[in-house]
Amino acid sequence: MIKLDPNLCKGCNICMEFCPKQVYEQSKTLDRKGVHIPIPKNQDKCSKCDLCALMCPDQAIKVEEDDEQ
Amino acid sequence: MEETNESPFMKYLRKDRLPNIFCAGCGNGTVLNTFFKGMEMAEMDLNNINMASGIGCSSRIPGYVKCDSLHTTHGRPISFATGLKLGNPNMDVVVFTGDGDAAAIGGNHLIHAARRNIDLTVICINNNIYGMTGGQISPTSPQGSYGSTAPYGTFEKPFDLVELVSGAGATYVARWTTVHPLQLANAIKKALKHKGFSFIEAVSQCHTYYGRKNKMKSPLDMLKWMEDNSINKRKADKMDPEELAGKLIVGEFVNKNQAEYSQELYNLIEEKSGNRSKSIKSAYMGD
Repeated sequence: MIKLDPNLCKGCNICMEFCPKQVYEQSKTLDRKGVHIPIPKNQDKCSKCDLCALMCPDQAIKVEEDDEQ
Repeated sequence: MEETNESPFMKYLRKDRLPNIFCAGCGNGTVLNTFFKGMEMAEMDLNNINMASGIGCSSRIPGYVKCDSLHTTHGRPISFATGLKLGNPNMDVVVFTGDGDAAAIGGNHLIHAARRNIDLTVICINNNIYGMTGGQISPTSPQGSYGSTAPYGTFEKPFDLVELVSGAGATYVARWTTVHPLQLANAIKKALKHKGFSFIEAVSQCHTYYGRKNKMKSPLDMLKWMEDNSINKRKADKMDPEELAGKLIVGEFVNKNQAEYSQELYNLIEEKSGNRSKSIKSAYMGD
């Protein structure tokens, strides 16, 4: 499960570009800062590599292990 | 219970100061994450870490971290850090510095700390330009790059910080970029554990100035440029110097053990005037 904090995200799209599984998608609407923030849409594809959380310059992403059933 | 949708690194940060001041996509935040990751891997205690920084975008990092920190004069963080380390040699002192801070105005402090082999961890975030003051050419700007003081491209030969510091006598030297966050975290882990002067050059993106002046306007363009141009040291050793022109050589350059300055100094004090005073921490730690 990926959680993205929209208050911290500045919309640089590094997570979207560097995700090896294309989990993220750009939102169609602007947020209140005037940027298209990425949405972790394809969560089922996520391999929990944690690269997006490590690369996010604004510490906006958390990758959680899924609960067992 | 802690909140569930916070970044794993949020527990080390001063939340009231976030979101940080850096431009969207700036590499400083990535280097901060890799520092925390390296610190976790090295099993260091944040309470025993003291950060020092000078002036520049990268030097704002210690202000966001929940640890003791010094924001010092331009170019002098290593001098302040030397004082800290000699005052309390049990402390782990980390210096966050930029290319202008470490190589231009503070170049002398950098080489002398490396010469003494004092146990500091210097993380130099090199963005190839003076980002905070408006995009002037810095001593590490690559030949031919543009800046606000070089509208026709700079013809100066840049500093190779890794070579400079290795030549001055540093005992752990590595260079990675922000597209190699795991390798950078691993290098930071080794540097924190290393006894002696450890220097890490983290090549980072400044798309606001360096990128904009050099036709790489977005952070993604700059990251792509770093990814395409970085060559691992093991591979670069077998290549000709002509092939390596304009490339970033990444990897671990020096890793050796030598006598450490603060240890030597305290040994000398002990030898000449008996036991060391235990008063270092008494002022604020109680008894």
